[in-house]
Amino acid sequence: MAPIDSDDNTTAGEGEELRAGRRKAARYVVPVAVMGVAAATIGLVPALADSGDPDLPKVTAEQLIEKIAKSDVQQLSGTVRINTDLGLPDLGGLESGLMSGMSGGPGSGGDGEGSAADPSAKLTELVSGSHTLRVAADGPDRQKLSLLENAAEYSLIHNGKDVWGYDSQSNEVYHSTAPDGAERPEKDVPGKDVPATPKDFADQALKSVDDTTSVTVGGTAQVAGRDAYRLVVEPKQKGSTVGAITVAVDAETGTPLKFTLTPASGGAAVVDVGFTKVSFAKPDASTFDFTPPEGAKVTEADESDAAAEAPEHGRPAEGDLAEGLDGLKVIGEGWNSIATFDTGAQGGLPTGSEGGDLGGLGGFLGSFGDQVKGDFGSGTVFKTRLVNALITDDGKVYAGAVTKDALVKAADAAQ
Amino acid sequence: MSRAEAQDDRVREPAVATPGGPDAARTPSPLWSLGLLRSELLTTFRRWRTLALLAVLAAVPILVGIAVKIETSDGSSLGGGGGGGGGAGPAFISQVSNNGLFLVFTALAATLPFFLPMAIGVVAGDAIAGESSAGTLRYLLVAPAGRSRLLLTKYATVIAFCLAATLVVAVSALAVGALLFPVGDLITISGTRITYAEGLGRALLIALVVAASLVGIAALGLFVSTLTGSGIAAMATTVGLLITVQILDQIPQLDALQPYFFSHYWLSFADVMREPVYWDDLVKNLGLQALYAAVFGSAAWARFTTKDITA
Repeated sequence: MAPIDSDDNTTAGEGEELRAGRRKAARYVVPVAVMGVAAATIGLVPALADSGDPDLPKVTAEQLIEKIAKSDVQQLSGTVRINTDLGLPDLGGLESGLMSGMSGGPGSGGDGEGSAADPSAKLTELVSGSHTLRVAADGPDRQKLSLLENAAEYSLIHNGKDVWGYDSQSNEVYHSTAPDGAERPEKDVPGKDVPATPKDFADQALKSVDDTTSVTVGGTAQVAGRDAYRLVVEPKQKGSTVGAITVAVDAETGTPLKFTLTPASGGAAVVDVGFTKVSFAKPDASTFDFTPPEGAKVTEADESDAAAEAPEHGRPAEGDLAEGLDGLKVIGEGWNSIATFDTGAQGGLPTGSEGGDLGGLGGFLGSFGDQVKGDFGSGTVFKTRLVNALITDDGKVYAGAVTKDALVKAADAAQ
Repeated sequence: MSRAEAQDDRVREPAVATPGGPDAARTPSPLWSLGLLRSELLTTFRRWRTLALLAVLAAVPILVGIAVKIETSDGSSLGGGGGGGGGAGPAFISQVSNNGLFLVFTALAATLPFFLPMAIGVVAGDAIAGESSAGTLRYLLVAPAGRSRLLLTKYATVIAFCLAATLVVAVSALAVGALLFPVGDLITISGTRITYAEGLGRALLIALVVAASLVGIAALGLFVSTLTGSGIAAMATTVGLLITVQILDQIPQLDALQPYFFSHYWLSFADVMREPVYWDDLVKNLGLQALYAAVFGSAAWARFTTKDITA
């Protein structure tokens, strides 16, 4: 039987095979065109949406820093994107394994369990990778920080006296009470020492501004749909691994909207924290309301601290390191300051056979480092994109946001 | 529901007729193609295999619900033992024992990665190729409907099945959740409290989002179905593609490509449970599904309208 006519329309006459063939081919143009349009849209729309840098009145760097300092934004809500790329090996699986071990895996049992909702444990996750946060603030007494995870969320809510941490994945709640609002309660919020918003980062950066630093205004930019000045902070000295720090400051309110730290070695930013959405309107009051859900496991801060202080077997190496930290000294100034301390571990890390406290670990770690020699003897340099550390064979540690050469020089000078 | 679908089809009608060209003389009345859709829907939903698929989907929330009930019957909370929730089990499962409504979200999170798209793959892969291998496709085309119209009707039927399958899971989970667990106000994953009624609204929204998430693989399955004359081959290919994409989506080295995999943003439906709702990924998901529907829908159209039908 002859095939049924292959088209909706029957007007195509006989003997027009060629035309029919062309028409057939022409139909496939449609999906290809759809794909082309989609690809063009994906490629071009971000470029077109970038409407160039806004025109703003000129300001000096001093005026801009003053603007940040004077900025008194009490009410704010928005979405923050954090990207960190320290160039550490990806230890994602290992890290989460350690975390669950620390907070009481099935094996550890008993009352010694930490809470999955403990802020300090949770917020250290921000140190690597890419994260989306939501922040909301209404005055000094009410703040909320939410870490958006896959089908789950970790919220840290400060409302008056109460600080709540809620981990929706495990349905666990962490609760602590801040002292009276009189004495800057946000200082007492656990985990507040972990910077999360562009402002936290900018404050840290501006603290280090001194005569070793050049601060300039690097034009304007548009961040989260708002006009902003770009404040560029660069180390004057040679030898720092920090290339530049750029802070985008909202032209209207003086709020830092975006913080970017680029390494001297070039490449992608080491830390990139910026609002993708921001609003200076008063957040809904219900945002800060929290009552623990039914059936959630609530950990009070006191209990949790006790649990944390309990000796944790299996981590003696860390304890030793902490002891070693007692002799911490800082040499150098400004961007080139190097922290140094003596671990007391004679023999250093790499020569695993000689033992020392970190012997076994050292042999393993040594494979990540570079061997260096100098007047100080020899040692191993561990590199990330921002912080480098030199561990000498006689057990001294030099670490800082400086290049390998600067570390060796510091070690030589210390002899 | 078939009425709503039919309405929808009628709205789309003029657009359908245009690609056919100058065949105004035999443009069927809208009512006629409404009849075509109705008969397609009836054929599809009366099939034993369709009913079996829906029964399997309905059983998933029952199993999950009973498992959670047994696990928590001694008063312990699920997943509370291990820090970080252990990362095991589908999303929201730790909240199920406190609020039955969460079983809806858990069940959808459990079925979305595999059960639901597999069911869609079977129905979509079967749509054209099944008719072809049963030898009924030419009889369908003898009717003065036109191929574009037939294809659209088939696609509308598959979409209707997406919606039906999702709703079966959701309604079954809702019923099981209400029977086994307490219901009442619930806590969003952002920690804020919403009323049960609003929770139900969000559950419905999530079900719609999940159904819409399946539009992409439905179009893909329909395209595969136009390529072959064997229904089994089309189903196997679609389900195989689904598994392949799911595996590729787990490989970190491919993260540049992953945002374009149809399954990449599937679990973004959970963002509906944030307060306020986080729309970014949801919008990306819906846009991606629309893109897949447009690309593979038009590819299926190009293939089907130019193909020699021999069976």
